[in-house]
Amino acid sequence: MYFFDFYNYWIFIVLMMIGFYTVIAKPNFVKKVIGLGLFQTAIFLFFISLGKVEGGAAPILMSTATIYSNPLPHALILTAIVVSVSTLAVALSIIVNLKEAYGTVEADEIEEAEEA
Amino acid sequence: MGVHLPVLIVVVPLLGALLTPFMGRGKGPWLFATLTTWFVFAMTIALYIQVDNLSQRLGIQGAVVSYTMGNWKVPWGIELRVDLFNSFILLIIAMISSVVTVYARLSVAHDIPSDRTHFLYSLWLLFITGLLGVAITGDVFNVYVLLEISSLSSYALVAMGKYHNRKALSASINYLVLGTIGASFFLIGIGYLYSVTGTLNMTDLAQKVRELQDNRTVITAIVFLFIGLGVKMALFPFHGWLPNAHGYAPPIVSALLSAVAIKVSAYIMIRFIFSILGVELSFNKLPTSQILMICASLAILVGSCLAIRQSSLKRMLAYSSVAQIGYITLGFALANETGLTGSIIHILNHALMKSGLFLVAGIIIFRVGEADLDHMRGLGRSMPFTMAAFIVGGLGLIGAPLTAGFISKWYLVMGAIQSGQMIFAVVVLLGSLLAVVYVWRMVETIYFQTPRESRQEISEAPWALVLPVWVLIGASLYFGIDASLSTKMAGQAARFLLGTL
Repeated sequence: MYFFDFYNYWIFIVLMMIGFYTVIAKPNFVKKVIGLGLFQTAIFLFFISLGKVEGGAAPILMSTATIYSNPLPHALILTAIVVSVSTLAVALSIIVNLKEAYGTVEADEIEEAEEA
Repeated sequence: MGVHLPVLIVVVPLLGALLTPFMGRGKGPWLFATLTTWFVFAMTIALYIQVDNLSQRLGIQGAVVSYTMGNWKVPWGIELRVDLFNSFILLIIAMISSVVTVYARLSVAHDIPSDRTHFLYSLWLLFITGLLGVAITGDVFNVYVLLEISSLSSYALVAMGKYHNRKALSASINYLVLGTIGASFFLIGIGYLYSVTGTLNMTDLAQKVRELQDNRTVITAIVFLFIGLGVKMALFPFHGWLPNAHGYAPPIVSALLSAVAIKVSAYIMIRFIFSILGVELSFNKLPTSQILMICASLAILVGSCLAIRQSSLKRMLAYSSVAQIGYITLGFALANETGLTGSIIHILNHALMKSGLFLVAGIIIFRVGEADLDHMRGLGRSMPFTMAAFIVGGLGLIGAPLTAGFISKWYLVMGAIQSGQMIFAVVVLLGSLLAVVYVWRMVETIYFQTPRESRQEISEAPWALVLPVWVLIGASLYFGIDASLSTKMAGQAARFLLGTL
């Protein structure tokens, strides 16, 4: 079926939306950051899918292969993973600071404490 | 060195950021950061002169300095590409950051514990590296990476405001969440463009994407790119993160964020519209131009109205930045030469005024402890030089004649009239009227209200703080009185962009 030929793109969209929903709907900042990670990982999946060539070999010069997969999206995503990990690290260290300053990591409770 | 100038502009502050923490614990890190930023400033001037000379020989379109990283051929390797537009943006970034770094020492020593200052300067240089890199690169994926380098360091820098007010932490995490979503949308947009064109190089992309006028993937990519950049540049209605992040960050960080960081995202949007996608594709396939103009007008009106309600000086300036991004967006959404010139010249003029004003807020925090209406009462008598700078900067925000703000608003109004959109000319003027209200509230407090009794002994701030403020404010005054240099530079950039259609 045509629909399932592109199932990896559907997974990308579904995963991305789950992540996005988590970021918007959950008041807990740790959960928000998990959602953010899911959102970014879904995008990585999309990029990696782009690099796949039907019947393509690994992109290493070989005498037996004539078609190769595209290595560029993989190289891009290696960089993007580094960005994503750094974002996670910065986010978690800010959350640790939030916990120290407010005693909570829930967005609504922090808002209450700020208004008080 | 001349050949390697483009790459050195990025590499020097990057290496500087790595070395700064090892420069001892006293003045060392600050001195090192200052020297690095001034060296970068000198290099951007040299690069601008190089590009300007080329434009006299080869014409505006031919004036391009291209640098291939590691000698990899162009569509495959990363290219650094400097033309009349981004050399001007680089000049602004380097100028503002070098002046603010001079100011930083006393302000940072006051706001941040001494065992943390060397990390601040390291992040500071990393932040500047990212901004310069975004402006110089000719590769769209590289834009994403460098945008994230500058954003990640700015999240940490905003969080450093926690030593003054713990609200900086929640401002920082909200900025991080929204900023990351914006950047991810931008990344999806790049992925979609890559999937149909197979290239990431801006020049190559520009050629290939224009053969795909009715391609649905390209249209989707445009939507993702513009929403992502809209979040990054805090265009209304995506401005939610800005007031808190700019309001609670340490003053020097607010100055650079407001003056340069959001402009760099605006630069990328201008670059995509005019150089990569072309006006035809970005404005005529979807009602992008109308949407941008409406968002910009709402940004001007809503941002200015909310600025009136603020009692904290820094939050007022932050809301005013929301409005100023509106002016810049309005200018390039008009897509005629006058409007685009107005937009580019406002990037310079607003950078000078707003960084100056945020530094004034920093001086008030340095002397009085808090920069809000209550603490600012009657400061005009005890700090005459600082407050005079505030008045000049405030007049600039209003767009009064003889200030730089007047020049940019003149171009924007003329641009709106030229394209027959009178309503947007009215919006610009209405925005100025609202600016009169929010600036006047502060002026009244500073000059006409009696000072708090316990605060009689406040004296003028040290010259190390006042001088950088006056350099920025004085420059904005200079570009208001004699605008020939700034209009020439911005006009050349606008003609370059419109010529590449």
